[in-house]
Order: sequence, then structure tokens, then C-alpha cells
Amino acid sequence: MLKSFCIKREWCKGCGICVAFCPTEVLALDAQGKATAVRLEACIACEQCALRCPDLAITMQIAERED
Amino acid sequence: MAIDKYLRERFFPHMWCAGCGHGTVLNALVRAIETMGMSRNEIVMVSGIGCSSRITGYVDVHTLHTLHGRALAFATGVKLSKPELNVIVPMGDGDALAIGGNHFIHAARRNIAITALVMNNRIYGMTGGQYSPLSGCEVLAATAPYTTIDPSFDVVALSVAAGATFVARCTTYHVKEMIDILRQAILHEGFSVVEILSPCPTYFGRSNKLGDAAEMLRGFKEDTVPVGSAAKQKNPELIERGIFVQKEKPEYCAAYEKIMQKARSAAGETI
Ligand SMILES: Cc1ncc(C[n+]2csc(CCOP(=O)(O)OP(=O)(O)O)c2C)c(N)n1
Ligand code: SF4
Ligand code: SF4
Ligand code: SF4
Ligand SMILES: [Mg+2]
Repeated sequence: MLKSFCIKREWCKGCGICVAFCPTEVLALDAQGKATAVRLEACIACEQCALRCPDLAITMQIAERED
Repeated sequence: MAIDKYLRERFFPHMWCAGCGHGTVLNALVRAIETMGMSRNEIVMVSGIGCSSRITGYVDVHTLHTLHGRALAFATGVKLSKPELNVIVPMGDGDALAIGGNHFIHAARRNIAITALVMNNRIYGMTGGQYSPLSGCEVLAATAPYTTIDPSFDVVALSVAAGATFVARCTTYHVKEMIDILRQAILHEGFSVVEILSPCPTYFGRSNKLGDAAEMLRGFKEDTVPVGSAAKQKNPELIERGIFVQKEKPEYCAAYEKIMQKARSAAGETI
């Protein structure tokens, strides 16, 4: 489960990699060409965006499931 | 986040272009190191010159930024004098296999415990898109306006033939795989080579009309298969990823220590 999700705007260069590969279309580039989470509720916490980001701009915390 | 402590955040945003795969290599490398719980003090990263080589500026471990093609020579000195340290050498394709080709094959032949990364974008990124020994035939480059006629090295086959005892290939699309391979390469007691397919959207991508960074990553997804998969038999054009060789052979620093002991006792006998 997703605990926190943050995109450092100053580090993001708007390459679009995170947007292109998010399986649930959580992300989009905004008017300034920076990545932003537009549907965070759909995030499945796969972490692929944070792993692939060439600018290390995405950080997320995933809580361990308790069941 | 836990990887923060391995980064020199004061130098961010970094110098690489939007979508440059070298940033993803940095991302995966610090995560691999973090999952191993290594102390910053036990890692030395040595690089040469190139966009790829700038990676040493961003990691907060011991770092040396040296000469184009010569990183492995400097790293050999570091490792021989302090064999207890983990020495990682990130290189560009030109750095490792054009100007640095001789250092590369001899480091492999000696089986010195160094982790060599070839950040392969098939181009000289830093100097404006000249072709490299990994560009391959029929690609456009600043120095090949009518396409290249030089076949490329197969980094895996070359490394195996030269004597490397851990040889792997991965891509910046398959990051979880890359983290796992990097971890194993760093732990390996011998010369390990990891070729990482890394897009340069600015030069290689643009001159060969491969689309943006995401398109280039899609190419890695479509054009590569896990090593030993049946798909490769049907389509030899596919590039294999994974670990090709992982074996034990006498390691250079250990052999050097033995010979030093022999020399010391011989000297002791004569005194
Ligand atoms: C001795 C020497 N020769 C040539 C150069 C110019 N030069 C700088 S980087 C480079 C090649 C970079 O290509 P690569 O190693 O593939 O790294 P990339 O920039 O693509 O990551 C060259 C030829 C140099 N700096 N030093
Ligand atoms: S992958 Fe990173 S740099 Fe690229 S758009 Fe997304 S957050 Fe920005
Ligand atoms: S973690 Fe996965 S699902 Fe969530 S935003 Fe990133 S890529 Fe999309
Ligand atoms: S020129 Fe190419 S290799 Fe260099 S930073 Fe830009 S995209 Fe990366
Ligand atoms: Mg290159």
C-alpha cells in the first residue's frame, strides 16, 4: 500500500518515461512539462516510475501489508 | 528515502539530458548499494571521461574522476593497494571499448575483483554523437552521415573471451533486473562486467529517428529477451539479457598477496 508519493519538481526534466509506462495512468506532464500525479488513488505502488526515473525525482514509501 | 545518503544532492538536478539512460543507471546503482547495506566508506567509484563518467560526481562514496579510457588502470591501482574495498568502474561505450579497449581486456584477463559497468548508448554522447565501437552497422552518427560500416563488439562475448568471471547484460527499461545483476556483480570475487543498454535520446536517438526516451525504452523491451529463451532461436536479431557467466578463478589481488608472501619469506631467508 502506498504511504507517500512525491515528485521533486526541481529535479524532474519532463522526459515522460514515468508517464509512458505507468500501468494505471496515474501520471501526466503538467503545463510546465513536469510530471505530476493526477490520479494517485489509482496507484498500485509498483514503483516502476521511481525506479526508471533518470532524474531520481520520484520518491515513494510503501507500507507493508499487515494481513 | 534511504538512497539519499548515497547521493550528493547538492549537485542535483544533474547534468544529463532529459531521458538520458545514465540517470537510470545511477538510480539503480544506488539502490543496489542501499539494499546491500554497504557503508559509503567501503566503496570506491572510479570513472574516466564522458557523459557516463560524470556519474561519480553524484554518488557520495569515495570517487575518482580520471582520464578518458583509463579508469580501469586507476582502479587497478586502488584495488591492489586496498583489496578490502569494493571498486566499481562505470564507463561509457567509447571510454571502455574504444580508447580504453586495451585496459578493458587486460583487466578481464587478470580477473581483478573490480565491477566494470559499460553504459552502452552506442555513441559518444559527450562530444556530440560520433559513432563508437558499439554503434554497429548501418546507423547514423555525426561522423557517419551515410551510415556506419563498422560492426560492433559483442561486449559479452569479448568479456568472456578476455577472461572476465562474471558477465551480464541488462537495460534501463528492466530496472529491477538491473538492480539484482548489479548486486551480484559487486559481490562477485573477480572481474565482473555488466553491459547496460542506456539510451542517448539527444544524439543516438535523434540521429536515428528512434523517438523520445520512452520510445527508446520500448525498443529495449521489444528487442531483448532473457538469456536462453526460445524466442532467440527463432529470431537471432534479439539481444539476450541476464547473467552469461558466473564462475570462480584465482583473483589477481589474492595471487599478488601470495607472491608477496613468497618474496617476503625469500628476503627473510637471505637476511
Ligand atoms: C584522451 C582523450 N581523447 C578524447 C577525448 C574526448 N572525449 C571525451 S568523452 C569522449 C567519448 C565519450 O563517449 P562514451 O565513452 O561512449 O561516453 P558517453 O558520453 O556516450 O556516455 C571523447 C572521445 C578526451 N576527453 N580525452
Ligand atoms: S521520469 Fe522522472 S524526470 Fe522523467 S518526467 Fe517522470 S519524474 Fe520527470
Ligand atoms: S508506482 Fe506504479 S502505479 Fe504508482 S504511479 Fe508509479 S508507475 Fe504508476
Ligand atoms: S548527450 Fe546523450 S549521453 Fe550525454 S547526457 Fe545527453 S542523452 Fe545522455
Ligand atoms: Mg557512449
